[in-house]
Order: sequence, then C-alpha cells, then structure tokens
Amino acid sequence: MAALATTARTRSKTAQKVGLWIGLSLGAIFAGFPALWMLLSSVKPNTEIFQYPPTFLPELFTLDAYTGIFSSPEKMRFFFNSYIVALTVVALTLFAGIMAGYALSRFSFPFKNVVNTVIISVQAVPPITLLIPYFGLVVALKLYDTLWALILTYMVATIPYAILMMTGYFNTIPKELDEAVKVDGGSSFRALWQVLVPAARPGIVSVGAYSFMVAWNEFLFALTLTQSQSNRTVPVGIQLLMGEHSFKWSEMMAMSVLGSVPVLVLFLFFQRQFVSGITAGAVKA
Amino acid sequence: MSPTLLVMLVMMAVPVAMVLTYSTLSNVIMVKKPEFVGIQNYLTLLGDPIFQKALGQTMVFTVTSVLFHLLLGLTFALMLNSVLLPRIAAALFRVVYILPWVFTASIVVILWQLLLNPNGVINYVLETLNLISSKVEWFSNPSLALGTVIFINIWAGYPFFMISLLAGLQGIPSDLYEAAAIDGAGWRDKLFNITIPQLMPIILAMAMLDFIWNLQQFPIIFLATGGGPLNATETIATYTYNLAFSKREFGLASASGVILFLVSAIIALFYVRHQKARD
Repeated sequence: MAALATTARTRSKTAQKVGLWIGLSLGAIFAGFPALWMLLSSVKPNTEIFQYPPTFLPELFTLDAYTGIFSSPEKMRFFFNSYIVALTVVALTLFAGIMAGYALSRFSFPFKNVVNTVIISVQAVPPITLLIPYFGLVVALKLYDTLWALILTYMVATIPYAILMMTGYFNTIPKELDEAVKVDGGSSFRALWQVLVPAARPGIVSVGAYSFMVAWNEFLFALTLTQSQSNRTVPVGIQLLMGEHSFKWSEMMAMSVLGSVPVLVLFLFFQRQFVSGITAGAVKA
Repeated sequence: MSPTLLVMLVMMAVPVAMVLTYSTLSNVIMVKKPEFVGIQNYLTLLGDPIFQKALGQTMVFTVTSVLFHLLLGLTFALMLNSVLLPRIAAALFRVVYILPWVFTASIVVILWQLLLNPNGVINYVLETLNLISSKVEWFSNPSLALGTVIFINIWAGYPFFMISLLAGLQGIPSDLYEAAAIDGAGWRDKLFNITIPQLMPIILAMAMLDFIWNLQQFPIIFLATGGGPLNATETIATYTYNLAFSKREFGLASASGVILFLVSAIIALFYVRHQKARD
C-alpha cells in the first residue's frame, strides 16, 4: 500500500514538473520572443525583414544597421543627449537625496507615517496634468527646448524617492557613529561622507539606478518641452526617425537595441537593488 | 514642516494649484488676459461625446490591464517560486520574464508595430495555424485597435506585479505549508487557502498603484495609435494631450487633466488608508 502511494506521488510529481516546464516555456516565448525578434531583425538587411513568409534566423547576417547609426552624428546626438540628461539627473538627485536624508535622519521626524503618503501623492498627479503648468513655467524661465527643462522636471519624480530612501538608510545607522567622528575633531560634513555615505551604498545604488531609468525612459516631457532635433533624447528620436525614414526596420531595431542596453545592463548588475526599489511602494520597506 | 514636504509643495502642489486655476479660465496661456469662466470648461468637456467615449475607454483600458497584469504576474511568480524548479533555471527565467519592463514605451511600441505589421511575423504564424484567413490590420481596424493597445500595455506592464509578488511569496512562512501538507492539503488548497490570502495585502496595494499608473498611461497609446482610428483608442490622457498641444486649448485641457487627477487621487486615498490599516 505504502509503495503504491509513493509511486502515485512520484507520478503526480512528474506530471507537475512537466506542466511547470510547459508553462514556463510558454511564458518565456510570450515575454522573450519580441526581444529576440528585435535583436534578430537588427542584424538582417532591410529587404529581408520585408520578406513574406518572414525568416527567423537572418539569411544574410549584417551589422550595417549598427554602423549606419554609429556613423550618423544626427543619431548619435540622441544617445549623447540621453546620457547627459540621465547622468545629470542621477548626480543631482543623489546629492539632494543624501543632503536632505542626512538632515532628516538626524532630526526627530515622524518618518514612517509620511513615507507612503509621499510616495503615493507623487504617483497620484498624472504627468499629463503636471505638464500643462510645467510647460508654462519652462517657457517663462526661458528653458524651453533645452536639456535643463528635462533634467529639472525629471527630478520632480526622482527626488522624493531619493529623500525617502536615503533617510531610511541613514536612520538605520546609529548616531553614535557620526558623533565619534565629531569627537575626533571632524565636521558633520566629514561624518556624512566618511561614515554615513559608505554605509548607505545599497540605497545609493538603488536611487541611482531608479533615477537613471526614469530619465532614460521618459517620453512625454521630452516630446513636449524640447523642439529642435539636436535636443531630442532617444525615446523621442527613435519616433522621429520612424516618421522620417519610414520603415527602415533594421535600423529602427538596432536603435532600439542600443537604446535598451543601458537599462538592461543596470538591471543585470543591480538586480537586487532594482527589485527593492520597485517594491518599496507596495511591499513594506 | 519638514524639508521633504517643502520640496513636494513647490514641485507638486504649486503646479497642481496652477492647473486648477487654469481650468477655470477661458483659453489660458494663448490669450493675454483670460476670463474667469467658472465651471464652464468642465461642462463643455462632460457634454463632448468624444470625452465621454474616452472616459469609458480609459476605464476599459485600465481595468483590463490591471486584471491581466495581476493574472500574469501571479502565474509567473508562482512558477518561478516553485520548489520543483532548480535555482539556476529560476534565475534565468526571471530575467526573461522581466525583459518587457526593460524597454521604454517608445521602443515597446516600435517593436510591436514590427511584430503586428500586416505582413509581420504574428500574422504569418496565425495564418499558418489557420487561425486567421486574411492579414489582420491590428492597429488600423477600429474594432481591434483598443484590444491591440491593451495587449501591448499588458505585455509591457506585468513585470512590476510579478516582482512584487515574488518578493511577497518569499516572505510567506514555510511552516504554514508544512502544516497544510500534514493535513493532506493539495496544491489547490495551498494556493487558495494560504498563498493568495497571505499575498492579499500586496495584491491590493499593487492593484491600486497599477490602476493609477494605467489610468495615466500616455506614451503607449499615443505612439501606437494616437487615439485613433476614429477615436477608438482615445483615453483621457491622449485626449488631454491633444487638447493642449495640438489644439492649444489650455483651459479645456487643464479641466480634463484635473478630472484625471481627481480619479487618481481617489484611488490614492484608498491606497493610503489601506497602508495605514496594515500598520
């Protein structure tokens, strides 16, 4: 009897395993096939993409689409702008987050109660609603059609998160540590950079990666607050090219690959911090 | 008050106050001295059949997206968390499942325009499987466009749910399952009596956040169809954008933006109360 029950259990376990692998494979096709198709299309000649029936693996492997992008100053400009905007946003956000977080964590402040309220109030204001007054403000400040218009407006989304994250991290570091630096004759500034900042590295990585991603991926503000082609970032630039050289698919796919690489690399390196950043709003920090 | 609140005040509250004021003025920004018109802009909007259509479609878009984000996110998270799966395989599948979230909206749309091209690979596969008899125009057929845009939005958005639920699954104490196993519970009992009830707070919180995000979704819809064909995919976000930046009707656009804000704020209020209740 016992042996029979064991075989039945093994059999049902095998069935479960087979079911699981079928499910996982279907899910992988759904999630991964589009990305694979993007990569494959970027190394096919454009004529092959228009073939019907379509080819899966390229009949003719070519990197022409990539060399075309690298040799075009107009297209490289989109990438250059995106990097400038994203890296500036990261630097300024981290600076503001660290300074404000330090001040907040060293004062008594009803931190926990405010966390969720602040995160959610940022989410509750639709970007499209904010865009109308920002458009007016940006024009009034003579920042229209400059990268600064983007940098400043993106920081609205990144700074609250940075302050919350950094305050949270600094709160976990005992005050005695920075008191010790001060006793040895150091300033509070030194205490911050020599003791607190190194201890809060995971939080800094998380804030940096999040800010980079927000700035790199943003579309609506980049579309509306800049105008000349030389001030366009990658998400808007790709769409401009779509309209102009309609359906040079292999080049569009190569642009898409290059435009996705930075976030993909960040994600692969800092998976854990990314996950904690994303879930901070939903799962209790 | 604290510096955080001060920063928030300047960066969020002031613009919100501005847009509220704009919404009560006749064509603000475009004319030098706009007149105060009270709630006239709101009345104009609510009487516009396209606005009404956009409101309904926004709800369909949002509810369907959130529902499928939850279903896919939960299914994938459960599969990845299965004890039957070796850890290396789980790590690899997790990266593949997160992929859609790496792409920015503008790239997501271009990619799906290639895949769903009438002569594209999806139509080819469906034709080979005899599921369709002629090439489907996924974006320009008015009765299909909204479904197509929702599908793309589901593809791009479920990883948020999946990641949060995966973190939640790992937080469920294993002795709950062990106790159930002793009582002879099958996987279905475990799923509905332990896993889902334990995940409920995260599911609710994520559903509300996701509801707000999808309500405000702009780039995917705008880039895929621009709200067309024949307003078949118009939502409040694309409608507001067109009012402001193609028709230059900033008063009306502000009113439309305020309506979108109010709906989001109501959900946000529920979210805050839900989070407080969890404390």
